[in-house]
Amino acid sequence: MIALQRRASPSRLMGYLAPVLALGCTLVAGLILFALLGVPVGLAFHAYFIEPISSVYGLSELAVKATPLVIIGVALSIGFRAQVWNIGAEGQLILGGITGAAVGLFFYEVDSWYVLPLMILASVLGGMVWAGVPALLKTRLGVNEILTSLMLTYVAALLLSWLVAGPMRDPDGFNFPESRLFHDAALLPRIVDGTRLHLGAVIALGIVVAGWLLLSRTLLGFALRVNGMAPKAGAHAGFSQTRLVWIALLMGGGCAGLAGLFEVAGPIGQLLPSISPGYGFTAIIVAFLGRLHPVGVLVAALIMALSYLGGESAQITLNLPLAVTGVFQGMLLFFLLAADVLINYSFVWTRKATQQVESL
Amino acid sequence: MYLKLDREHGLVMTDNVPDTLATSVIVPLVDMRAISKSYPGCLANDAIDLQLKAGRVHALLGENGAGKSTLVKILYGLLASDTGTIRWAGNLVHIDSPSAARALGIAMVFQHFSLFDSLSVLENIALGMDQDADNDLRQRIIEVSARYGLPLDPDRSVYTLSVGERQRIEIVRCLLQQPKLLIMDEPTSVLTPQEVADLFATLSRLAEEGVAILYISHKLEEIRQLCHEATILRGGRKVASANPQEESASSLAALMMGSDLPVARVAEVRKTGPVLFSMDNLTHQAGTTHGINLQGLTLQVAAGEIVGIAGVAGNGQDEFMQVISGESLLAAPNRLMLKNQPIGHINAAGRRRMGLCCVPEERLGHAAVPGLTLTENVFLTAHHTKALRHFGLISHRRSREFALEIIQRFNVQCHGAHSLASSLSGGNLQKFIVGREILQSPTVLVISQPTWGVDAGAAAAIHSAIRALAQQGAAVLLVSQDLDELMLVTDRIGALCAGQLSQMHRTADITVRQVGLLMGGEIAA
Amino acid sequence: MNETLILTVLTIITAATPLVYAAIGELVVERSGVLNLGVEGMMLSGAVCSFATAHYTGSASLGILAGMLAGMLMALLFAFLTLTLQSSQVATGLALTLFGIGLTALIGQPLVGIAFGGLPSLDVPYLSQLPVVGPLLFSHDILVYGSFALVAAVAWFLNRSRAGLILRSIGDSHDAAHALGLRVIRVRYLATLFGGACAGIGGTYLSMVYTPMWVENMSAGRGWIALALVVFSIWQPGRLLLGAYLFGGISILQLHAQALGINVPAQLMSMLPYVTTILVLVLISRDRGRIQRNAPASIGQSFHPTT
Repeated sequence: MIALQRRASPSRLMGYLAPVLALGCTLVAGLILFALLGVPVGLAFHAYFIEPISSVYGLSELAVKATPLVIIGVALSIGFRAQVWNIGAEGQLILGGITGAAVGLFFYEVDSWYVLPLMILASVLGGMVWAGVPALLKTRLGVNEILTSLMLTYVAALLLSWLVAGPMRDPDGFNFPESRLFHDAALLPRIVDGTRLHLGAVIALGIVVAGWLLLSRTLLGFALRVNGMAPKAGAHAGFSQTRLVWIALLMGGGCAGLAGLFEVAGPIGQLLPSISPGYGFTAIIVAFLGRLHPVGVLVAALIMALSYLGGESAQITLNLPLAVTGVFQGMLLFFLLAADVLINYSFVWTRKATQQVESL
Repeated sequence: MYLKLDREHGLVMTDNVPDTLATSVIVPLVDMRAISKSYPGCLANDAIDLQLKAGRVHALLGENGAGKSTLVKILYGLLASDTGTIRWAGNLVHIDSPSAARALGIAMVFQHFSLFDSLSVLENIALGMDQDADNDLRQRIIEVSARYGLPLDPDRSVYTLSVGERQRIEIVRCLLQQPKLLIMDEPTSVLTPQEVADLFATLSRLAEEGVAILYISHKLEEIRQLCHEATILRGGRKVASANPQEESASSLAALMMGSDLPVARVAEVRKTGPVLFSMDNLTHQAGTTHGINLQGLTLQVAAGEIVGIAGVAGNGQDEFMQVISGESLLAAPNRLMLKNQPIGHINAAGRRRMGLCCVPEERLGHAAVPGLTLTENVFLTAHHTKALRHFGLISHRRSREFALEIIQRFNVQCHGAHSLASSLSGGNLQKFIVGREILQSPTVLVISQPTWGVDAGAAAAIHSAIRALAQQGAAVLLVSQDLDELMLVTDRIGALCAGQLSQMHRTADITVRQVGLLMGGEIAA
Repeated sequence: MNETLILTVLTIITAATPLVYAAIGELVVERSGVLNLGVEGMMLSGAVCSFATAHYTGSASLGILAGMLAGMLMALLFAFLTLTLQSSQVATGLALTLFGIGLTALIGQPLVGIAFGGLPSLDVPYLSQLPVVGPLLFSHDILVYGSFALVAAVAWFLNRSRAGLILRSIGDSHDAAHALGLRVIRVRYLATLFGGACAGIGGTYLSMVYTPMWVENMSAGRGWIALALVVFSIWQPGRLLLGAYLFGGISILQLHAQALGINVPAQLMSMLPYVTTILVLVLISRDRGRIQRNAPASIGQSFHPTT
């Protein structure tokens, strides 16, 4: 029978190969899924993976979708390295969108340079406040951050839904649950004419570089990594667990808030009841797929952005439900987690089943 | 062909014997032949033979990594051997699980107890016996513990018990099964000398009752006292059989290590200087439910002096180390003084900056990060003291240079500074960690169990490095369970028991027995 | 007045029952030392599969069975990844939830907007005719009775049976359990599957009784609340039942807010269960010593027999 044997040391090669393997498996499984849904496999493949990126506009849309994923994914991967499980980035994104938009709407029709920077600041702070609650509860009371950050996501979504229906509703909007459209000074500048590609994409690249520098070359990044791998060693070195939990969560919240602003002040241009198709959750997958490494996150974000675009394109051309995107993303994470076994273990054939290879 | 004629000590088989065997021949209870077991990159057992006889205490002797644990786990059904056979009373058996081993009559007391903290004594014993935790079992526990002088309350939760009491559970559990073979894996490493004496009395009595005992240890004196026979392993192979009562400790050591190592106290006179490190009536509440509270600790360590703290694990050593290293902070800063400055409120990094370096007991996961390279592990504690940053960014070059210096000066066997900490053997990693702290030139070095599970060569190197540091005028505090080590290295000695510190004594004026009393909480030695 | 009160209590029971199922399953899973964060995903699978089966076959029993099996299938996926392939339990649990949301949205596409008749109530003869007590205690559907029986059975299993003792010991220390020859992986597989079945039934109750219809992502965080309930219960079945009913009460508050004269926007009232969850976690955290003593010590850690 087949058994798992622990490798003498983790395989670096498998660390890189596992995501590729997972992508391959997802692709095959996806095509099987299409066949089951009764869609010609060739057409589906084209609609999903080729069509969306076969034009300049398509490519720019890819970058637009990847931007929030990169920004959140980098911050989450730094937190995950420290074993801080902030899975409420979606809520922090929404809060950032709300606070940023509130500033934008407060300065409605004010045509000055400072409007956008203030919105950015407000969004980062908004996200941080939302992530600060789990940080406070974890460091002071030992409450698990997974549950609190996630609960706050539901609260944020409801808060947004109330705000756009009430206090922040467009006074001339025929009672639709939407805010006013932002005026020009509150919108992110576009960087390519005729597309929706905005300044946020450039900032996202900056965040990749900053994240990489932080993790690989600073004492803070080192401390975060050590605390994730061996918390007692971190304590031995004198790294404060409390401080690192705060930093990891605030960083995640700030970045998610920023991504939220980039959505409302970028492609959307106003506050809607829903401002994200689950970027905060998808960014979790992006972080894992990118091996918790900022550069890896960049690549992974582009792949996941394609799954969004592909889903939209398949909905239009093949009338496939948009939910296929979620299935794809979930499958990818599963395959990745399964493939990761190869980093620490190798498969061996054993002659007989014994205690040590206990299995079902 | 598997028989060993041994009329004096063997078991006479009258039935249950295969046809090919004459009924009058004496058969060992256990006969393991040519047992081999390999792991990736390591041959743990290489064609080992082992025979055990009823009524005899058989020592399995070897250094850490010699293959003792692997062999015993195979016998107890926890591991499957790659090749080799096991005969039980002459019959070929296939022991594929601990249940199978227990069915034969094999019982085992583990080095790291396999106990469940949240369960009661009764429930723990029931689990190991394939039996329900009922009143019948409760009665039998009380009987057996009374008979062998091992007092136990069946309804206590395990987490409330001391280490010695925990071992009692394991032994009672074994005895309840009326085993024919009892395996003891390093049983005394957690006991005070007095507890060891009690244990030996129990074991001798069992042997007289006809039980075969396999006793695993690397403590030579113990083996000479207790055991009738010995099998010595080195590097996964059986290198000798011996009668321990006819051997001296040093001849056994030579067999075990392959060469003679002079173990003698170096007569040296160290001048002690001013007090560098002191605690004054230090009290600390443990943060966890299982922790030990430290009460009224008072201690002074002077420049050039090595002070030893003996004690059985679980008497507050972990808390003691954490309070000194700065992993736990004190409400009253001036209870802990470094060079006449209060440091109780300063964290570990701050204390290191002031010249206090610590080496905790646990190497992987506490002193070093298993998944990081040696270069990165150097950065872990030396980033400030050795200025391993350049304009605020990590300098990999400087870290590597420092790592290489440690590797060279302390003769660390590894593939280079890029090796993962987890890839080093225990002894080499310990040399690396001790080297990392000593080369930061600390004023005060606090070091816990520095040679636990370390081979003799590395232990000697670590001891001489500690001495050299004291010679240069540093104050050294050595926390250890190993009395031989403490007697060998320290100038003054005391013991930690139930979170309280005994009086300190000059090592030259005190005997091992007296230290044993201190460890057991007898304040006046 | 009596009528309203009875109605309120009945709604509380309806709201609490799915939580009882999901949480009691997760309690057993955690007691074996496994942390499955995928309760939400398993509930959704149970909800959509049971609803679809009941709708297409017309049989409520088959629907319940399908919901249970769907939860178990998802749990099996989790168990295979974490127990056999040694993947991180936290990451895999998250994956199970994300995957479950996507997959059920896809499967449930054709079911949106269809209503279901609900489960028949099993009236206990004579007793159900009693005033007040009758409708409160003796006139429920089978899953409500089942939830109480299940909690009692789990409490007995954990504290009185040998199998329960083995399960607890594995949750306390898998290494020690392995050293004694207990089948760590097998027991954890079984516990995880049991948790999946329970979550599946919890989901079933949502789509077949509570709403009763299929809505995308209809569990709305109840899987996560169930996880919080397990912490709240300090891993004790009795306390868990209490907690679930507390939450049931809070989550129906929003339905009755208007009647009670509370004039707060619906969205803000809907926040209540989530905010309460956080508050409950905060309150329980004050009892840190008790949590430490009762939490399964090896929870969330991978176990590989050779290491």
